[in-house]
Amino acid sequence: MMPRESPITDEELHAYADGFLPTDRVGAVEEYLAAHPDTASRVAAWRAQAAMIRDKWGKVAEEKVPERLQPDRIAMRSRWFGRKVAAAAVIAFVVGAAAGWFGRDFLLGGSNAEIARALADAAVEAHRIYVAEVRHPIEVRADEAHLVPWLSRRVGQPLKAPDLAPEGLKLLGGRLLSGPRGIAAAFFMYEGGAGERVTLTTARAMREGETAFQWRAAGDIGAVAWIEGGLAFVVAGPAEHERLDRVARRVFDAYEVASNEKK
Amino acid sequence: MAALSYAMESAMSAVRRGLEPLIPALRRFARAFTRDAEIADDLVQDTLVRALRGEHLFHGGDLRTWLFTILLNLDRNRRRGLARRPVLAVIEEVEPPGAPGSDGSARDISRGLGLLPAEQREVLLLVTLEGMSYREAADTQDVPIGTIMSRLSRARTALRAHLDEERPPLRRVQ
Repeated sequence: MMPRESPITDEELHAYADGFLPTDRVGAVEEYLAAHPDTASRVAAWRAQAAMIRDKWGKVAEEKVPERLQPDRIAMRSRWFGRKVAAAAVIAFVVGAAAGWFGRDFLLGGSNAEIARALADAAVEAHRIYVAEVRHPIEVRADEAHLVPWLSRRVGQPLKAPDLAPEGLKLLGGRLLSGPRGIAAAFFMYEGGAGERVTLTTARAMREGETAFQWRAAGDIGAVAWIEGGLAFVVAGPAEHERLDRVARRVFDAYEVASNEKK
Repeated sequence: MAALSYAMESAMSAVRRGLEPLIPALRRFARAFTRDAEIADDLVQDTLVRALRGEHLFHGGDLRTWLFTILLNLDRNRRRGLARRPVLAVIEEVEPPGAPGSDGSARDISRGLGLLPAEQREVLLLVTLEGMSYREAADTQDVPIGTIMSRLSRARTALRAHLDEERPPLRRVQ
């Protein structure tokens, strides 16, 4: 670059536009802008943007704050069900996932591998959708004895909520998901020490046979899916392949042990 | 200094006291950020609930920054949920005809903001609408100040391009 270039940085230009520039630099910047019309029009455009933004939304702060946003009211509500809401919020977030998708993908048939793949994709999708659902409580908490029997009955096969403590995961609770064509799926939610959640979705497979573990990742969410012993499984959670794989193996083992005990 | 419990007590009431005057600004930011009054107030409500429930997590410092951080985090969760229909919020924006600010240029700015990646939109609004310093914006987003500068710069460049396109091209230099 040529020496005519002024030592005005982009940062300074922004600071100038935003009114943060130290006064002793304002003169230098203005001098530079006077000599560089392109830069000057760029800075003018920034300022115009800011003015448009303030014009359009600045007055929202002058509106009367709605009743539901009054801190006293919120504090009262918080006291009322503070603990419960907190618990529910933790639990609720991936809940309800498969209402549509089980019916959709599951009954389409195809090979078991295809089914498992479709399930995994759907579980990832559901994870994404329900991460926003922080206020809906799960149906049944982990400490309620009927959780597993109830879901087993609805899914039509004995289920387990495997102990995932070795993976640092604690069972929060579960929910029944039902597809439009009557396919019931059990949905168990676990939480780890860092607040991360992992979910296990289980439903009856449409046919016999089994598949290998199938890994699916979409952005920050990953899933391991497989079919075994007449059931389809999807473990979904933060996309750490190794960890989800370990979780999946624990689930697999838990069911394996259960079926061996029966024999 | 007094006992810990006393310190916690006073921290709590400090939050509650300090919260109220900041609500209009939270609403303003949320409205501009989501461009949907209902969603925006939901977001503010969730933020306040979270803040009041987690008062003990506020270890002094800047209350405004803390609240905006909560709001941005909650919004991140919200958007994750909406990831499949990000365009909808923009298209469905309805403004009463003749309402102040619903002229063409404001509509452009609204749509232009909607097209920005969230992190860039956050920075631009924190700085221009909320008057946050770059340092405060960096604290709010929990990123280095250099990241703030580059986000701000990219936001402004993209927005400028968008606004130039919206207008009938009077001239196309370069």
